[in-house]
Amino acid sequence: MFSPWRALKQAGVIGLNARNGRYILEYNDRRRYPLVDDKIRTKGLLSERGIAVPELLDVIRTQYEAGHLHSRLARWEQFVIKPASGSGGDGIVVIAGQRRDYWITASGRLLTLEDLQFHVSGILNGLYSLAGQPDAALIEALVHTDPILRTLAPEGVPDIRVVVFRGVPVMAMIRLPTRRSGGRANLHQGAIGAGIHLATGETLQAVMDQRVIDHHPDSDALISGFRIPDWDQLLELSAQCQEAVGLGYLGVDIVLDVRRGPLVLELNARPGLAIQIANRAGLGRRLEAVERQPDLESADLATRLAWSRELADL
Amino acid sequence: MRFFRHWLILALALIVVGVGLTAWKVQFYGYPLLPDQADESWTVQARILLQPGTGPVKATLSLPSTTPALNRLREDFISRGFGLSVQESLYEREAVWTIRRVSGRTALYYRGQFYRDPAQQQFAPLPTYPEIPSLPEPFATAMRAVTDDVRRQSADIASFTTEVLSRINSASPSEEIRLFLNDPEFRDNRLRIARTLLAGARIPTEQINGLFLVDSDRSATPVHWLAVHNQQRWIFFDPNTGRQHLPENLLVWWRGAQPAVAVEGAELAALQWSVRRNEISALDLAEQRAREHDFPLARLSLLDLPVQTQTVYATLLLVPIGALVLVVMRNVVGLRALGTFMPVLIALAFRETGLAAGLVLFALVVTVGLLLRFYLERLRLLLVPRLSAVLTIVVILMVLMSLLSHQLHWDVGLSVGLFPMVILAMVIERLSIIWEERGPWDALMESLGSTLIAVLAFVVMGRPEIQHLVFVFPELLLAVLGLTVLMGRYSGYRLSELIRFRALIRKEP
Repeated sequence: MFSPWRALKQAGVIGLNARNGRYILEYNDRRRYPLVDDKIRTKGLLSERGIAVPELLDVIRTQYEAGHLHSRLARWEQFVIKPASGSGGDGIVVIAGQRRDYWITASGRLLTLEDLQFHVSGILNGLYSLAGQPDAALIEALVHTDPILRTLAPEGVPDIRVVVFRGVPVMAMIRLPTRRSGGRANLHQGAIGAGIHLATGETLQAVMDQRVIDHHPDSDALISGFRIPDWDQLLELSAQCQEAVGLGYLGVDIVLDVRRGPLVLELNARPGLAIQIANRAGLGRRLEAVERQPDLESADLATRLAWSRELADL
Repeated sequence: MRFFRHWLILALALIVVGVGLTAWKVQFYGYPLLPDQADESWTVQARILLQPGTGPVKATLSLPSTTPALNRLREDFISRGFGLSVQESLYEREAVWTIRRVSGRTALYYRGQFYRDPAQQQFAPLPTYPEIPSLPEPFATAMRAVTDDVRRQSADIASFTTEVLSRINSASPSEEIRLFLNDPEFRDNRLRIARTLLAGARIPTEQINGLFLVDSDRSATPVHWLAVHNQQRWIFFDPNTGRQHLPENLLVWWRGAQPAVAVEGAELAALQWSVRRNEISALDLAEQRAREHDFPLARLSLLDLPVQTQTVYATLLLVPIGALVLVVMRNVVGLRALGTFMPVLIALAFRETGLAAGLVLFALVVTVGLLLRFYLERLRLLLVPRLSAVLTIVVILMVLMSLLSHQLHWDVGLSVGLFPMVILAMVIERLSIIWEERGPWDALMESLGSTLIAVLAFVVMGRPEIQHLVFVFPELLLAVLGLTVLMGRYSGYRLSELIRFRALIRKEP
C-alpha cells in the first residue's frame, strides 16, 4: 500500500516536530537566540566580523523619537523600516521614494507621516516582536538588487536562504517575490522558491504554492538553470555567519546589492521547512550526513564547504 | 540524545504510577471506573417512644451488631436532651441514653445505613458448650427422649438441628414436642423450644433478632433466627421451616432472647422499626471502605473538599485533558491555532454555554469584534490602548448580547458572559493582524483550526467518563503528564505535513 508517510521518510523530509525536537532544541543554545532575534545586535555582531550587512541608518527606541520621525527620515530618500525583533517579514515597510508629503512604498502605496508614525509606534509597542515585548524600530538602507537577478524577479528584493547546520551549508534556495506576494520574498504569501544546487550554484526547479513551475508568472522568465553569481562566496559567507552567532541550526538570508555585493539581511534561529519543497529534497539525509562527519567540531572552513558541495546530490 | 532514555523512563514511570494507583484503587477498594454506578444500601431506624415517670430515665438499645455480608456505612442518633454513650465490643454494641428528668413523651431515634460487603464475615464470638438445662419433669424426660431420638436419626449438628426444627414445626407433633408447645412458658416460641432441645444435646446456639432489608417497610417487625455453632463455624436456620440458610437481606440487629430495648424510670410506650432501601453511589462506598482500611490516598480525596471547591476542581482537572487534546491536534495532526491555550479556554466556556450556542456566540463576538477592530485600525491607536479598546468592545458586545437574548427569551445567550473576555480580545487582535499581514485566508484557517480544537477539547472534556476518571482518580494526571512528555519528544510528521510536502512525495512514487 502506498504510504505518504513512508514516502516522505524515504525522501528524508523532516517535519516541524523533528526540526524543533531534533535540531533546534538540540543544537541551538537558547542563550544565543537574542543574537539573531534582535536585528540590531545581529548587525553589530556581523559587522565586527567583517561580514557585510545593509547599512543601519537609525534606530528608534522611544515614542518621543517616533514623534520626531520627520526630521530623522528627512535625511534619506529611500529606506526600510523594520522591527528589531520581528519575524517572518512582518512589520517591514520599504520606502522607495518620496513625493511632497508622501512616502511611496516599494509596492506603490502612498504613506503619510502619520501612517509611518503609527507603524513605528506599533513596532515600539511590540506588535511584531515574538512575545509582544517592547521593541525598537530600525531604519536600514534600501538594498538595490543586483540587476543580474532582475531577469528572475522583475520586482521586489529576491533573497537567498541558506540553511547552515553545524558550520556546513546543507541546503539553499532563492526566493523570488511576485506581484501576488506584494513584493515580499515570503513563500507563504505567494513568492516563488527555487532550490539552488549547493555545488554549482545553479537554480533547480521552482515551486509556487506547492506547485512546480518553470517560468516566473510575472516576467515569464525561465527560472531553473540560472547560475547565482559568486556562489562559493555566498556559501562561505553563510558559514561565517554561523561561526559568528554559534547557533548549530541556522537560516542565513542573503541579498545581492548592486554596489556592495552579497549582504546578510538577517539570521534565523528557526528557519522554515519550505526550503525542502523548493529543493524538492528532504533535509534529513543531509543533516544526518553532516552529523556523521568525523572531526566536525575541528574542521576548518574550507573542509566544511567541501562537505557542503558533496551534500548537493543527496 | 544523551537524555533519550531519561525522558522515556520518566514518561513511562509517570504513566505506570498514574495508572497503577488507579488500578490499585479500583481493585482493592472498589472505586468505580464509570460514573453513576450505584450500590444498594438500606437505612434502618428504631424509634423508641418513652412515657417518662418522675425520676431519671435510662434507655438501652442494642445496636445492629455484626452480620455476615453486611456492613455499616454510617449511623446517627437523635435524642434531644439525653446524654448518649455507645458501648461497644468486638461483636456487640449498645447505645445508652440517660437523662435526669424529662417531661412528656419523648422519642429517641437510632438510624443506621448498611450496605453489602462480602468481605465482612464476622458474626459472633466462639460459644461455650451449654449446660444441659435442668428442667422440671416431665419436661426433662421429654427433652431427653427427643434428643436421644433425634441423635439416632442425624449425622451431624446441622442435620440434628434440622431434625429438631422439623419435629417442632410438624403438623402432627409428637407427644414430647406437644408437651413443650402447650406449656405457657414455651408457647408460641418455637425458637426457645429448639434452643432448649439443642442445649439438651449440648449444642451451642444463639438467637438472632433482625430485620429484613426490604425496599420500604415503615413498621417492620423483627424476625428471629437460629444460629448454631457446628464446632467450626456458625450455621443458620429458619426456626419456622428448619431450612438451613441465612437470608442475604437479614440484618442482624441483636443476639439473645432479651428484647432490644431496656428502659428504666420510664415506660416504653412504643418501639417502631422501619427499613428503607436507598441507592448509594459506588463512589461513596469505596471512599468509606478505603477510609476504614486506612488507605493513605483516601485521605487525599477531592471528595473531602467543600462542595464548592469540588466543583472548581472538577473543572480544573479537565484542563490538562483539554491541553492533551490540544497537544495531539497541534503536534500530531498539525492544526494551526490562535494562541497556545486559547482553544482549551474556549472549550471550557462551551461547557457552560453548550456547544451549539457557544459556537454561535463565539462566532458572533469574534466577527463583530473583528469588524470594529478594523475600524479602530483607522483611528491609529497605540498598541496597549488599542488592546484595551478591543477588550472593552468585547465586554460591551457580551452585555448587549445578554440583554438582547434576554428580550428574545433565548436564555442561552445570557451565558455569553462566561466566555473568557481577555482571551476573546486577544483572539480578535491576533486575527486582525493575521488578516492584514497574511490575508483573510490565513485568518480563516487559523480561526477554524482553533475552533475545531476547541470543539474536540469540549467533546473530550465533556465525556462523563473522563470527568469521573480525573475527579475520582486525580493520580491519572500523572499519566497525562507522562503522555505529554511522550508527545513532547514526538519527532515524526504532523498529518498536515503529509499534505504540505506532497510535492516531495510524487518525486519517488
